[in-house]
Amino acid sequence: MRAKHPLTIRWCHWINFPLLALMLWSGLWIYWGNDVYFIGWGSHKLFPFFPTAFYNALGLAQHLADGLAWHFFFGWLFAINGVIYVLYTIVSGEWRYLVPGRESFREAILVMLHDLRIYKGPLPDKKFNGAQQFAYTGVIVMGALSVISGLSIYKPTQLAWLTSLLGGYKAARVEHFLLTIGYVGFFMIHISQVVRAGWNNFRSMVSGYELVKSDE
Amino acid sequence: MSEENKTPLLAPEPPPDPDEAAAAREALERKITEGNREVLARMKAKTRRSFLTAGGAAVAGLAAFKWLMSRRQEGGEPWPLRRMMGINEELWHDYFSTGHLAPDFTGKKPLENKVNSDIGLQDDLDADAWKLQVTGLDGRDEALLLTLDDLRHLPRTTMTTEFKCVEGWSAVMQWSGVRFSDFMNAFAPAKPDTGGLRPEYASLETPDHSYYVGMEMDSLLHPQTLLAYEINGSPLPPEHGAPLRLVTPLKYGLKQIKRIGSINYQTNRPADYWAERGYDWYDGL
Repeated sequence: MRAKHPLTIRWCHWINFPLLALMLWSGLWIYWGNDVYFIGWGSHKLFPFFPTAFYNALGLAQHLADGLAWHFFFGWLFAINGVIYVLYTIVSGEWRYLVPGRESFREAILVMLHDLRIYKGPLPDKKFNGAQQFAYTGVIVMGALSVISGLSIYKPTQLAWLTSLLGGYKAARVEHFLLTIGYVGFFMIHISQVVRAGWNNFRSMVSGYELVKSDE
Repeated sequence: MSEENKTPLLAPEPPPDPDEAAAAREALERKITEGNREVLARMKAKTRRSFLTAGGAAVAGLAAFKWLMSRRQEGGEPWPLRRMMGINEELWHDYFSTGHLAPDFTGKKPLENKVNSDIGLQDDLDADAWKLQVTGLDGRDEALLLTLDDLRHLPRTTMTTEFKCVEGWSAVMQWSGVRFSDFMNAFAPAKPDTGGLRPEYASLETPDHSYYVGMEMDSLLHPQTLLAYEINGSPLPPEHGAPLRLVTPLKYGLKQIKRIGSINYQTNRPADYWAERGYDWYDGL
C-alpha cells in the first residue's frame, strides 16, 4: 500500500470536474447567442459548431442570459480552485512529478508509441510519465489561458491591453472557444486512459493510496 | 567486501532438511498471506472511507446546486446569481477608470455596419417633431426640450470603436455625436438632496417608453460615451436609432439605446429593460 495522490490534489481534481462541466455548459449557452464558428474554408462549411441536432439533443438554445449568469458565478470558483491547486503543487513540491523535464519529450513519444501498440518495450516506472506530465501540466496552462482569455472578452474596454495582447476581441473569443474544444479532447483521452489503467489507479485518485507488489 | 567473504567455502553446505525447508516456506507463505490480508484490510477501510466521503461530497454538491437554482427569482435569475452580478459589478466598478479606453480603430480597420434590435422603434418617427426631453436638471423643475440642432451645437466627437453585442458578435463602426460629459456640462443635473456632487444614475428611454436603460454616471462620463447622431459618416438611419442614440464601448449593445426620447438624472438605480429579463444590470465591458 503506497500513498500516491495528496489529499489537496484529489479534492481540487474532483471539485474541478463539476465546475469545468458547468463552465462548458454555460459557455455553450452563451455561444449559442452567436454560433458562427465552423471547420472549413472560405464560406464552405465542413462542420459547423454546432449542428442543430446537437443543440436540440442537449437543449442548449435560448439560455443566453442564464449562461452569462452561471458563467460569471462559477467562473470565480473555477479560477480559485485552480489557483489553490497550483499553489499547493508549488508549496508541496508535487510540481516536480508534474512538470515535464529534460527526458519528458522522448518519454512522451515512447508512451504514445506504446499506447498505439507500436513500441513493445517496457515503460519507465514513475508516478507520472512524460506523456502524463505534458497532459497534466498542459491542461493547467489551458485553464490559466481560459481565465485570461475569458477576462479579456468579459472586460474588453477596462482590460483593453489584455484584449489587444490576445489579438483583439474577436481573436480572444476564438481562443476562448478553442480551449473549450481542447478540454473535450483532453477529457476523452483522459477517460480512456483511466479505463485502461484500471481500478487500482482510479481508486488512488479517490483514496490516495495504491496497491503495489512488495519485495519482502 | 571483507576478507572473510572472499575465502572459498571448503565444504558444500549440508543438504537442507526437506521437512525444515518446507516448514520455512510454509511459514514464509503464511507470513506473506497474513501481511497481504492486513494490507488489503487496511486498504479496504481507507477505500471505504474515502468513497463514502466522495459520495457525501457529491450529494452535498448536488444539493447545493439544487438549492442555488431553486431560489426566488430576481429579474429572471435566482437571487444568489443576481447577488453575484452585484458583487462582480462592485469589483469591476472599483477597477473602472475613465482613463481605460477602448482601442480606436480610426483608419486601421474597415468600417462595418450591423443592425440588431428594434425594440422601442415600432412607431414611425416624425423626425422634425422629435425633441429630447431632459429632466432632473439643476435649477429647473420642468423638462428641458432639446432639438437635434441644439445637440449639434455642442462639441462634436468622432470615434471608431468595436461595437459588442451580448450575443457575441462585434463590429467596428464609426460614430459621431456629443460626449455625454460635454452634454452634462451644458445641461447640469441637480445636486441630489442626499448629498454628493451629482446624481449617480440616469435613465434613458425611447419615446414610446417600451425600451429603457439605466446607466451609472461613471460610464456616462467616460470620454468614449457619446450621444451619437451619425454612423459611419452619415446621419443615423431609423434602424440605427435616428435621430439620437447612446454609443459606448463600456457596455454591450443592449445598453446603447436607440431613438432616445428622454433622459432623466436620478439618485436611485433606474429600471432596465434587459436587467428585468435575466441580464446583468451593469453589463460593463
